[in-house]
Amino acid sequence: MRTEPGGCCCRRPVRANDCVANGEVRNGYVRSSAATAAAAASQIHHVTQNGGLYKRPFNEGFEETPMLVAVLTYVGYGVLTLFGYLRDFLRHWRIEKCHHATEREEQKDFVSLYQDFENFYTRNLYMRIRDNWNRPICSVPGARVDIMERQSHDYNWSFKYTGNVIKDVINMGSYNYLGFARNTGPCQEAAAKVLEEYGVGVCSTRQEIGNLDKHEELEKLVASFLGVEAAMTYGMGFATNSMNIPALVSKGCLILSDELNHASLVLGARLSGATIRVFKHNNMQSLEKLLKDAIVYGQPRTRRPWKKILILVEGIYSMEGSIVRLPEVIALKKKYKAYLYLDEAHSIGALGPTGRGVVDYFGLDPEDVDIMMGTFTKSFGASGGYIGGKKELIDYLRTHSHSAVYATSPSPPVVEQIVTSMKCIMGQDGTTLGKECIQQLAENVRYFRRRLKNMGFIIYGNEDSPVVPLMLYMPAKIGAFGREMLKRNIGVVVVGFPATPIIESRARFCLSAAHTKEMLDTALKEIDEVGDLLHLKYSRHRSVPLLDRPFDETTYEETED
Amino acid sequence: MATVAEQWVLVEMVQALYEAPAYHLILEGILILWIIRLLFSKTYKLQERSDLTVKEKEELIEEWQPEPLVPPVSKDHPALNYNIVSGPPSHNIVVNGKECINFASFNFLGLLDNPRLKAAALASLKKCGVGTCGPRGFYGTFDVHLDLEDRLAKFMKTEEAIIYSYGFATIASAIPAYSKRGDIVFVDKAACFAIQKGLQASRSDIKLFNHNDMDDLQRLLKEQEIEDQKNPRKARVTRRFIVVEGLYMNTGTICPLPELVKLKYRYKARIFLEESLSFGVLGEHGRGVTEHFGIDIDDIDLISANMENSLASIGGFCCGRSFVIDHQRLSGQGYCFSASLPPLLAAAAIEALNIMEENPVHGQRHRVNSGALPGERREVSPSSESTDPVTSEEAAEGSMHSAEEALESGHLEENQHHHLPSV
Repeated sequence: MRTEPGGCCCRRPVRANDCVANGEVRNGYVRSSAATAAAAASQIHHVTQNGGLYKRPFNEGFEETPMLVAVLTYVGYGVLTLFGYLRDFLRHWRIEKCHHATEREEQKDFVSLYQDFENFYTRNLYMRIRDNWNRPICSVPGARVDIMERQSHDYNWSFKYTGNVIKDVINMGSYNYLGFARNTGPCQEAAAKVLEEYGVGVCSTRQEIGNLDKHEELEKLVASFLGVEAAMTYGMGFATNSMNIPALVSKGCLILSDELNHASLVLGARLSGATIRVFKHNNMQSLEKLLKDAIVYGQPRTRRPWKKILILVEGIYSMEGSIVRLPEVIALKKKYKAYLYLDEAHSIGALGPTGRGVVDYFGLDPEDVDIMMGTFTKSFGASGGYIGGKKELIDYLRTHSHSAVYATSPSPPVVEQIVTSMKCIMGQDGTTLGKECIQQLAENVRYFRRRLKNMGFIIYGNEDSPVVPLMLYMPAKIGAFGREMLKRNIGVVVVGFPATPIIESRARFCLSAAHTKEMLDTALKEIDEVGDLLHLKYSRHRSVPLLDRPFDETTYEETED
Repeated sequence: MATVAEQWVLVEMVQALYEAPAYHLILEGILILWIIRLLFSKTYKLQERSDLTVKEKEELIEEWQPEPLVPPVSKDHPALNYNIVSGPPSHNIVVNGKECINFASFNFLGLLDNPRLKAAALASLKKCGVGTCGPRGFYGTFDVHLDLEDRLAKFMKTEEAIIYSYGFATIASAIPAYSKRGDIVFVDKAACFAIQKGLQASRSDIKLFNHNDMDDLQRLLKEQEIEDQKNPRKARVTRRFIVVEGLYMNTGTICPLPELVKLKYRYKARIFLEESLSFGVLGEHGRGVTEHFGIDIDDIDLISANMENSLASIGGFCCGRSFVIDHQRLSGQGYCFSASLPPLLAAAAIEALNIMEENPVHGQRHRVNSGALPGERREVSPSSESTDPVTSEEAAEGSMHSAEEALESGHLEENQHHHLPSV
């Protein structure tokens, strides 16, 4: 462990040779000393034991792309681009029929609405595999879902519904972490009652006549759930970020935002007018350098001191599956007097022994986070967002938030769903259902990740994150994976450019407490099969599972290089 | 002869080398070595920006005091304590414990407590639950969404419609999807806040024209034409848009759409029409300001509205030709990166649309009532026939004191926070 001169409070991560978690030794992370020296360059996991800031091992890994795979991926994109140019040429000269919509005759002399090259990717690459997205469903998005079958006779330019429904597809794509997406049960009954009484819409903003007693009740409950003084709720999670960040910071302030932040955070930061600087993903050295430089050198050119510094991070990053290094961020924030905005869209309800999110997961004090933001879409099975913090903050937001002044308040049955599900998680409804769901989710996550790693796939992210990205890399495999899994009755989400870097396309699994072990086993079996079919097992660190051989000091881990 | 001359030059050079004094040779040798060193050494780096020592930096870090995260809010701030409504926010509303007649919500067609809407929403709740648990791209598209988009497109007589899960986000995501940096947008000075945010996010050039003043707009368009002639290459790639509202939220007046359409074809700009308040209210069947003026809907490139006013649900939609609308499915931020509309709200909207189609007379009764109320709170332009739905409701009798108070405080807040886009 080296300490940087100047008393940097972050130390380099320690490569622990004997990381033990939960009383079992995990394969793939235990390396003998000889193997470590040889394979130091391709070490994939960093276990951080940062001087007591972390109460448990922080196990996160992003295995490097194998060189051959990277080259083949670029070749693949190159071939697709060439074919794209060819097809554009054929379409231009009317040799091939043009399927997409065109401008009106009367407006042909207007400046064209879209530039050709902007849509090149959409026309030529996205269109070929478009059937993997926007799949319509017609049942509740629980652990199993019914997908409406659609067919295309013109290579995905248009779809027709055959009328069939693919029933009971295992749903590994919906954000249903605690399994509250249900159409029966106490949440649904409560929501139905409120629907009868209050109706569906509100037709007014919070500051006018749209503030129902239900909203006040919800806000008190959210504040007690998070452990903060007060909270405020909004009708849309995306809008919570884009409308409240501008109310908190303005020109003359500095925003330090993570590289991989969500579009809503980026939009909110842009709309605020503050200066934005980006630090490398989850990299505390990068963040510290930016903080130091900002305070020492002030605003660019005028050298005036910054009015405020706001750090924007997320609890779980949904494309990487990584968890923010919150203890270190809070230590930095305290040292440099910055403010912390934590977006817990995916981590609220899904992490932590009591489901209170990433603060609970690390065992920290919620008072340390200045602004705790989150959404109700993922773990609570409803929609909307919230912000929690000190009373002064919430008072200020009540008066100055754009959403409170101009946007309609949340709908009453949705609010009731949040209230009921939150009470269930907190255990206030008198059952242990909440606790069981949280435990089930944690078990599912550990089991699923371990099995996938053992099969030899490259999996990104933290060990405890319910978002599991499986790397595909090549463009053709994106489409193939999605379609093969649907044939086997499993619904997955595949993502490519521009949501991810161009060569790092992936399939993303979202685990749920509603998934039983049987469902996970079925899914794993099918993933194994498809992985063999498509040659997806890129990982060079496959290891033999513990169950087969007894572990002793002289056993060297077998690696396939 | 040439070779002999060359040889002679070479010989002379060598001879000169032998005959040169020693110091000369040494000096030249040193210079050559110096040049070689300079060529191969690293680029000359500027010194660190300042000569601050580590200790000085630490002192600066210690001394810096940020502003408090939020400025303090006085306890008597008028917007701090909201009025609490107990029970459903329909025509008779209980505000802070007092029963009032509701003149403050945007429940123009009175569909808020319609039993048919509640029944449709309940059926959807029993089938699909409350939330959709995902954006439209990832298993968040329900059959109800596709139905609603279909119905809206048919109702408005356009090719396609797209729904958003939040009314504010609709126009605020639609504008930046088409208008980028370098494009020009002509917008009315009284545009609502959502449009202002959309324009700010788009980073385009904004040109404001006086409210409902077509001459001012024409002047701006002419100026732009002159600019274009100076730089035709740039003009060929600069898109132009005119953003107007059907019924302005801030002034209660209707935009002069026929003149706008004429200007559109003359100066080749596309029209984006925001119809949140006029949808369901203007026009014979409630199709909005295009029906009101009898204009072909294809003349308007994009119509955006929210379903939170007349349709008494939540969310918003955009409709127009497929050529225009389909683009938002991949580049509308509020569509791609946000969870979809809960199906029960979509089902309620479909039912509201059914009611609107069945009784076009609903809208007529509404217009009669609005004319009956005297003393409208907002400015009314004498040229256009203006109906101010905000002050009109089904019941026009009884004491209005408490409702007026609520109305007063509500509108006070709106006016306080309006500001023009800072470009």
